[in-house]
Amino acid sequence: MLAQTIATPEVPWSLLWPFLLMALGAVVLVTLTSLVPSLRTRGFAAFYTATMAVGSVVSLYWIWNRVQDEGGRIVVLDGALSLDYFFLFTAGTISLAVFFAALLLDDFLRREGLDGPEWYVLIMLSAAGGLMMAAAEDLIVTFLGLEILSISVYVLAALHLRRRDSQEAGFKYFVLGALSSAFFLYGIALIYGATGSTRLSEIDAALFISNARGLTPAEDSSLLLAGMALLIVGFGFKVSAAPFHMWTPDVYQGAPTPITGFMASAVKVGAFAGFTRVFLAAFGRLGNDWRPVIGAMALLSIVIGSFLAIKQDNVKRMLAYSSISHAGFILIGLHSAGSIDAAVSALGSRSVLFYLFAYTFMVVGTFGVATLVGRHGDGAHGLADYAGLSSRQPILAGLLVVLLFAQAGIPFTSGFWAKFGVIEAAVRGESYVLAGAAMVAAVVGAYLYLRIIVSMYLTQPAVEADDVAGPGPIIMAPAATMAIFFAVAATLLWGVLPDVGGDVLRDAATSFLR
Amino acid sequence: MFAAEAAEAVSFPLLPALVLVPLLTAAVIGLMPAERDDYARIIALVGSTITGALSIYLLADFQTADGGFQFVVERDWIADLGLSLRLGVDGISLFLVVMTGVLFPIGILATSADHDAKPYHLWIMVLMAGSIGVFMALDLLLFFMFFEIVLVPMYFLIGSWGHGDRVRAALKFFLYTMAGSALMLVGIVAVVFLTNQHTGTVTFDIRELASAQALTTNEARVVLLVFALAFAVKVPLFPLHTWLPDAHTEAPTVGSVILAGVMLKLGTYGFLRFGLYLFPQAAHDLAPVFLTLGVIGIMYGAIVATVQRDLKRLIAYSSIAHLGFIILGLFALNSQGIQGAVLQMVNHGISTGALFILAGWIYERRHTREIAALKGLQKAAPVMAGVFTLVMLSSIGLPGLNGFVGEFLILLGAFSGARWWGIVATSGVILAALYLLWAYQRVFHGTPDQDNAVMPDLRLSEFLSILPLLGLIVFLGVYPKPVLDRMEPAVDELITHIEANVDDFVEPEPAPVVEQDQRDLLVEALHEAEEKAEAAGEEGE
Repeated sequence: MLAQTIATPEVPWSLLWPFLLMALGAVVLVTLTSLVPSLRTRGFAAFYTATMAVGSVVSLYWIWNRVQDEGGRIVVLDGALSLDYFFLFTAGTISLAVFFAALLLDDFLRREGLDGPEWYVLIMLSAAGGLMMAAAEDLIVTFLGLEILSISVYVLAALHLRRRDSQEAGFKYFVLGALSSAFFLYGIALIYGATGSTRLSEIDAALFISNARGLTPAEDSSLLLAGMALLIVGFGFKVSAAPFHMWTPDVYQGAPTPITGFMASAVKVGAFAGFTRVFLAAFGRLGNDWRPVIGAMALLSIVIGSFLAIKQDNVKRMLAYSSISHAGFILIGLHSAGSIDAAVSALGSRSVLFYLFAYTFMVVGTFGVATLVGRHGDGAHGLADYAGLSSRQPILAGLLVVLLFAQAGIPFTSGFWAKFGVIEAAVRGESYVLAGAAMVAAVVGAYLYLRIIVSMYLTQPAVEADDVAGPGPIIMAPAATMAIFFAVAATLLWGVLPDVGGDVLRDAATSFLR
Repeated sequence: MFAAEAAEAVSFPLLPALVLVPLLTAAVIGLMPAERDDYARIIALVGSTITGALSIYLLADFQTADGGFQFVVERDWIADLGLSLRLGVDGISLFLVVMTGVLFPIGILATSADHDAKPYHLWIMVLMAGSIGVFMALDLLLFFMFFEIVLVPMYFLIGSWGHGDRVRAALKFFLYTMAGSALMLVGIVAVVFLTNQHTGTVTFDIRELASAQALTTNEARVVLLVFALAFAVKVPLFPLHTWLPDAHTEAPTVGSVILAGVMLKLGTYGFLRFGLYLFPQAAHDLAPVFLTLGVIGIMYGAIVATVQRDLKRLIAYSSIAHLGFIILGLFALNSQGIQGAVLQMVNHGISTGALFILAGWIYERRHTREIAALKGLQKAAPVMAGVFTLVMLSSIGLPGLNGFVGEFLILLGAFSGARWWGIVATSGVILAALYLLWAYQRVFHGTPDQDNAVMPDLRLSEFLSILPLLGLIVFLGVYPKPVLDRMEPAVDELITHIEANVDDFVEPEPAPVVEQDQRDLLVEALHEAEEKAEAAGEEGE
């Protein structure tokens, strides 16, 4: 009812501020800097992007008030986008990731002698795609968002023009990404065939009718199940969940480090937002059909992410595996969110959202440190490059320790609460085996973080780090250091007071409850 | 009573202070400029001493006759998940808190960092905050968080300031313990969830969970086993002990002291508070398993300790034996056994802590822990030999010293509650005399050869730093009444709780504890132990 009165054909510009700031902001930036060369100084673009990100968060607050007045949900653009608490929360997280990326990127570009506002333009465009995925109420819009998000990131991955690794990463990412997009699109087609619509609410309604007719969905349409499976492939690729994770280590390792951080935060949040929305809003009634698949993927991701990380020597590669394992944990949350039991479902969604939020800070901070340690040439990412970091850069090492322990889920960090939320939802849903297996595999995963810590604190560097031939000293660039400090502060804040902003989280978690 | 508690909480939040003071000290140390790290030790000493003083104030303020939790503090944390910051102590945890509070300043005073004093003391203070927190947590999840967080400082202490293969030992320690408790988090949530299903309230408060007793027998058994896995690694119980010798041996002295003195108790305390108290029925059903593992630990630890070449390793294995006794006492499921177990937790902290400090001093002087390389130290360092003798005798359980009281109570409890296990365990007492006396004899007796002959004796400052422990060893041995008086109501309440919640279970008829009989038993045991000591001594000569 409500939706119909709001969904007027004209565009409610005021409600689209976050999208406009990111998408149009990017266009404006590229125009401005090409017309006014004096603005092409490096600081401006970073400042601009950070401002846009902050502006996006502010506009989200304004929209939040509107959404509250409208009863928790505004559907705009003739049903293309649904502005609800879930969108607001995930969009806020994506905006934060953009903010951090801008801070990290500024110093990085200076150090590498790279130029140009195009990095920032692409980041903002990509974020716009992420926002679309978070809000998309129609599978086609989800796909549009996915493509905007991905294509920008393909380019970003390859943008370090002087490093072959970067080119290779971009290429690999693009080829595999394009393939997964094809799967995704085919999935949409099949679902359209099965239900007659690409609109999430209409798909849900079609499933409701088929249920009411007394048909189980399986006999109603194997087409539908095949479509769902293909969507899982597409999303699984984007969130880098096993068995669709193959690209992750190579791309994470090869891409410019701040961009890797952006991929692990904003891209992951956007993809998970789309994943969660589609599967809860459209296929919520088919939970029993897709949950086992998600559960299996979750377990596989955690196991692969934890075990394969053991033998790695490159920190970025290790973090890539860790990101696979984190995706597995988030999938456990999604698994619970698909439960028919409303309480379990709410807990599940909540755990997904909190995990994404906490992980954004952790991973941005971690890759921030990696950016600094990478030094000139962005190549010093071996474990050996971290040797003795505690004596060379005690503050940096200390910050990284917090972030790594947070990723390992040690108490009094936000990472602990993220894991706790996921486990809690799983146990409430009586998925004891999943929860237990995940925790045990996570111990293996902890070894990965400990190895980095051992290297920093308990190993002496083989050669003097400030060797002339080496990549030069670590420069604690101010903006990046600030970003890392923010990330650590947030990790500790939500570690000690996990309920800060809890109401927003709870509202967001109940967006899809029927 | 409640009014008194409330007033206490308002006037001065004693329990939070016990966690926050060390934490603040750590923060102060952290903020100090790195080049002035000579101040770190002094700041740590002041901070830990204040904490220790607070814990003694706690002891003084404790209501002796009250068996419940006192000084309770509650703050909402995540309200809708039923999580609160709940702290409280009863007669059981009280002494563990005090022991922790006393052991840390002594450990800091008695040792020093050979490099990087600033982070070293910072981690010690974090460790202190965490370990005191564990004993005070009344919230299941808060307990788990403290239980896990102590791994971090200990990991760094072993890894950075340890000896030999320290990195490997630290990793092994961390991963082993973390693996043990991986499932515990699932178990914790399961308890809360299953209780919620039966009662409708969501709470992590152990008092409510314990009184609800909502889990079915099988659920409780599974959860207890999951918990037990975490605790068994920590204690450590027999097949899960392999991390301990490495960690103890490679750790710096203060690390070993705290590991043995405090951190092993997290496991036994966990068994007591989160095994017996939360799942009395399951604990009763599974008691034979734990009793057997405990007794195996006693025998195994003692036998393996006998053949060690490394002094610290020997003490480490002796810990396994001692902790076996504690498990035996706990699962005897009667008042004497549990009182003895709790007392023995404290005793073991004192005497093994002191032993590790002494071993550390010997290492500092001689740069070796090989028993074979040490000889005749008695001649060179008579004071140290004397101190060592006293501490060792306390560890053996010589009557008149603290170890005896605990062991005696445990065996008394075991004879009525778990007779056959008790009988086997008694022989462990003899073995303890064997390995310690033998080691003592090899290290201190005989004519010192060159290096050993010139080993300096204890400095006055060293002697003073260990003096409080010596005092406690004698005091608790001669007059344990003040401790037992405070412990007894809490233990009795626990026994009542177990009796109420276990089908067909009455506390096993205790061994006749008429004053007269007990005195006889004491005298008898006293003679017996003396003979044993003599016999072992002669054997050694």
